[in-house]
Amino acid sequence: MLSCESLTQTYLSGGKPLTVLKDITLTVPAGEALAVVGPSGSGKSTLLGLLAGLDRPSAGVVYLDGQRMADLSEDERAKLRGEKVGFVFQTFQLIPTLTALENVQVPLELRGESSAGRAQDLLARVGLADRLDHYPSQLSGGEQQRVALARAFSNRPKILFADEPTGNLDASTGGTVIDLMMELNRESGTTLILVTHDPELANRARRTIRLHDGAIISDSDA
Amino acid sequence: MTSWPFALRMGWRETRASRRRLLLLMGAISIGVGALVAINGFTENMADAVEREARALLGADVSLVSRRPFSSNVEGLIDSLTQHAASLAGCDTSPCALPADRRIARTTEFDAMAYIPRTTGTRLVQVSAIEGPFPYYGTVETDPAGAWDSARTGRSAIVDPTLLSALDARVGDTLALGEARFLVTGTIIHIPGDVGIQSVLGPRVFIPAMYLDDTKLLGFGARVRYEAFLKLEPGMDADEIASEYRPQLRPERVRIRTIQSERRQLDRTLTQFGRFLGLVALMALLLGGLGVASAVHVFVKQKRESIAVLRCLGATAGTVFRTYLSQALAIGLVGSLLGVGLGITVQLLLPTVLRDVLPVDVNVRPSVKAIVLGVTTGVWVASIFALLPLLKVRHISPLGALREPFETGIRTPRDRYRWLARAGLGASVVFLAIIQAGNWLQGLAFAGAIGVGITVLWGAAVGLTKAVRRWLPARAPYLMRQGLANLFRPANQTVAVILALGFGVFLLSTLFLVQQNFLRQLRFDSVERRPNLLIFDVQPDQLESLQDEIRTAGLPLAQAVPLVPMRIESVNGEPVLRAAAGQEEGDSAASATWAHRREYRSTYRDTLVDSERVIAGEWWSEDFELEADEVIPVSLERDVAEVLKVGVGDEIVWDVQGISVPSIITSVREVDWAQFQPNFFAVFAPGALEQAPQMFLTQTRADDPVVRGTFQRRLAEQFPNVSSIDLMAVQQALDRIIGRVVAAVRFVAAFSLITGIIVLVGALATSRFQRLREGVLLKTLGATRRQIVRIVLAEYAALGLLSAAVAIVLSIVAGWGLVTFVFETSFVVSVGPLAALAAGMAVLTMVVGVWNSRAIFRATPLQVLRAE
Repeated sequence: MLSCESLTQTYLSGGKPLTVLKDITLTVPAGEALAVVGPSGSGKSTLLGLLAGLDRPSAGVVYLDGQRMADLSEDERAKLRGEKVGFVFQTFQLIPTLTALENVQVPLELRGESSAGRAQDLLARVGLADRLDHYPSQLSGGEQQRVALARAFSNRPKILFADEPTGNLDASTGGTVIDLMMELNRESGTTLILVTHDPELANRARRTIRLHDGAIISDSDA
Repeated sequence: MTSWPFALRMGWRETRASRRRLLLLMGAISIGVGALVAINGFTENMADAVEREARALLGADVSLVSRRPFSSNVEGLIDSLTQHAASLAGCDTSPCALPADRRIARTTEFDAMAYIPRTTGTRLVQVSAIEGPFPYYGTVETDPAGAWDSARTGRSAIVDPTLLSALDARVGDTLALGEARFLVTGTIIHIPGDVGIQSVLGPRVFIPAMYLDDTKLLGFGARVRYEAFLKLEPGMDADEIASEYRPQLRPERVRIRTIQSERRQLDRTLTQFGRFLGLVALMALLLGGLGVASAVHVFVKQKRESIAVLRCLGATAGTVFRTYLSQALAIGLVGSLLGVGLGITVQLLLPTVLRDVLPVDVNVRPSVKAIVLGVTTGVWVASIFALLPLLKVRHISPLGALREPFETGIRTPRDRYRWLARAGLGASVVFLAIIQAGNWLQGLAFAGAIGVGITVLWGAAVGLTKAVRRWLPARAPYLMRQGLANLFRPANQTVAVILALGFGVFLLSTLFLVQQNFLRQLRFDSVERRPNLLIFDVQPDQLESLQDEIRTAGLPLAQAVPLVPMRIESVNGEPVLRAAAGQEEGDSAASATWAHRREYRSTYRDTLVDSERVIAGEWWSEDFELEADEVIPVSLERDVAEVLKVGVGDEIVWDVQGISVPSIITSVREVDWAQFQPNFFAVFAPGALEQAPQMFLTQTRADDPVVRGTFQRRLAEQFPNVSSIDLMAVQQALDRIIGRVVAAVRFVAAFSLITGIIVLVGALATSRFQRLREGVLLKTLGATRRQIVRIVLAEYAALGLLSAAVAIVLSIVAGWGLVTFVFETSFVVSVGPLAALAAGMAVLTMVVGVWNSRAIFRATPLQVLRAE
């Protein structure tokens, strides 16, 4: 489903090249749940960004659902994301000017599907059937992340990228969100890439890779 | 494509959080569009009015004008034209008894002193002696109605109402003109071709031509304008006739006017004024565009995360771009539509602002053309100005939705679209300026001036802002430092606000400086003790007794200046009339100009006066004596010498009342015409013209207007042919006329200032949440409401003062340039009013700032921190 070879990312920082990711090679079969763990600054988010095609690597290649990402233009990658990828962010990243329902509809609308039915169903599925017309600022953190989950699944993604999905939530709320995410993931057979530094959360994934200073230091199945 | 529907829907939803801000941007656009719609619509209304009243403007189909009585030659031409008309009318017996309405109408116009014996009031007036059925077209409205017709037979005069009020007179009074007496039977309400303001300088008096000789005012040296009006039969083309007869009339120094030529001229004047105002209006719109650009720039920065999320969710760069472009288009469209409403309202007000300077009755109605042009321009300006900052959204990386550990700001790679957008923006400004100016050259010049103006204002704004930042004393009170620091906060719009506010102030301040300096030239109450009473048309045999009269009145006596009327016969052996004919035939070698054809009223004296200086050649010595057989030396004024294409050493032969007087140019002078004193194109050395027919002009000064009035009356009684002008009254009249025109320009310039204020409020709205949060944070940390108000005041006082300072400094430069090079006079800055303008600006921005910050005072810390 997802693989990368010799993935390296180097940024210029203060005029000096700074290598954030070194020679990462990785394969994730369809339906697998992979947790990426490591301390802050170990390159987790950079890896996620590259795997999801949000950025271009300095070296190496990424294949997403058989597509070589480097062959795609910026816009083609955006379309690919729209069709096959879902995201959950640490800071929820709901669009503040849209209601919960509209936020969930965005990926569908981008594809030209404007039916509100699926979005409503998904919001009901995450327990927010009575919050459709609320704006993000009117929702609690847990509720916002549940809207984000509904949004992530609205386009029936083949692969879901979750970046510290519980990072901004208290333990019990976080737990509820994770349970929900895992359920949805199982139901739809989505491949999951989960970035976290919470070992407990990582344990929920079948496979864990550990990053340190931009390199994989361990790759283990639970 | 699914992209546009999504972009439109998303664009609409996105406005939810920022409707107030969008409304302000729409407002900024609407002011400019409103000004454009109003000015362009009104200019079109004026053109329509000119078209409609064209025939009445001249009052006839064709007229012949001359400064001399028509020669028998010209009278013959007039006869043949009339006979031609008569034969077309089916009257072919000769001589034809023409019906009354086909007789020739004539006017004889000249200036003279009017005197009302009952009130002993005197005033210089423009006399028009009417003969025949004038006007053929249009009607003369009088009070009482019908006075015009009844006054054509008796010894009666119809006068401008201003004359009666100036002389404290009324209908029924006797009015003396020269040696004749007339009964005032009515006042003029409207006469074809009338510009109300004309009567301010010299009220008009209409008398029947049959009593003209009785006045004995048309003696030697009187400046008279003779005009004959003709009515043509249907089917006769006035312009064809004009071009047919013009070659014959030109050597006679007779000008031929037609409805078309009048209309063209008036159209040109009015259109030019309208276009100038239109350019000022365009400026307001461009400032609105600038406000849009600045707001979009900040807006894009604020929307980075949302945009990154959209990109993650699969939106292409193009979709995101279209989403925000649709907002800019909506701002432009709705703003323009609001502007149309505003424009039509203003258009209805314009006749009030411009009354007295319009020669036609303007029917105000909305112009479809102006509306379409205004809306198109508004949408275009909003879009093209938004384009440059909007292009950046295409480069917002979806990575921004995660965390951005190594990047700050939006990476903008080299982007050819940005260059295209810049080029498009520049080209748009040039294009719009050319459309508005109506011709390439003026449009380019205006666009260039905008470019230079904005660059300089921008540079000055950036420089001053940096200077404040750098030199802000570290020991300044905390509240002041905090307030000023707000000018440099991230995502500030300080420069854009200074630019938008400053431009309005710049326009108003420049206008003020030019007006002040221009009017200052005409001040007679200045310390120089210049003469303020001008006495002219004095015949040589009257001079001595007149000077006695001045002495008796205890007034200062200035040297009498002789005036000798003359024309140019030949320049360096080339006869002027042939030169005139040459021009008619397109012969470029010998071109006759106004300077060749005009009548010169020259003088002779041995010394220079203080309003002139020699710039080439040499002035004759004070004890100059003309030798027998010596060609008389003459000194020409610079502009005339340029037009005549002559210099020191060239020879001119003058026709002085039929006698040829050869002369040699020995010097060229520069004359400061703005100084209100007798100046001359040609000054002769003493010794040759003393015996030529001449008259005199003299001046005196009386500070007390009552003394001036009394003295003018005594002159009118004793020397009926002598005219005198109270220069103080002229000054007041000019003040009024210039004030009217300036008021119209200022009215339009004010739109720029209003746009500037809206841009300021818009900028505040854009950073509102950030400010609210900071304010509340300060409150949480223990700041009192009073302290926060002080911070806000410091910030806005600085913003207002900076804008005003930048604008006023630049306006002083611009004003100096205009006054020195265009009006060619000295430049003085009046500090007081400018300081008041700057203070006013500061107060205005402070009020706007505090008003916009009122939410900070209301919000409780919890509300704001929750909203995070």
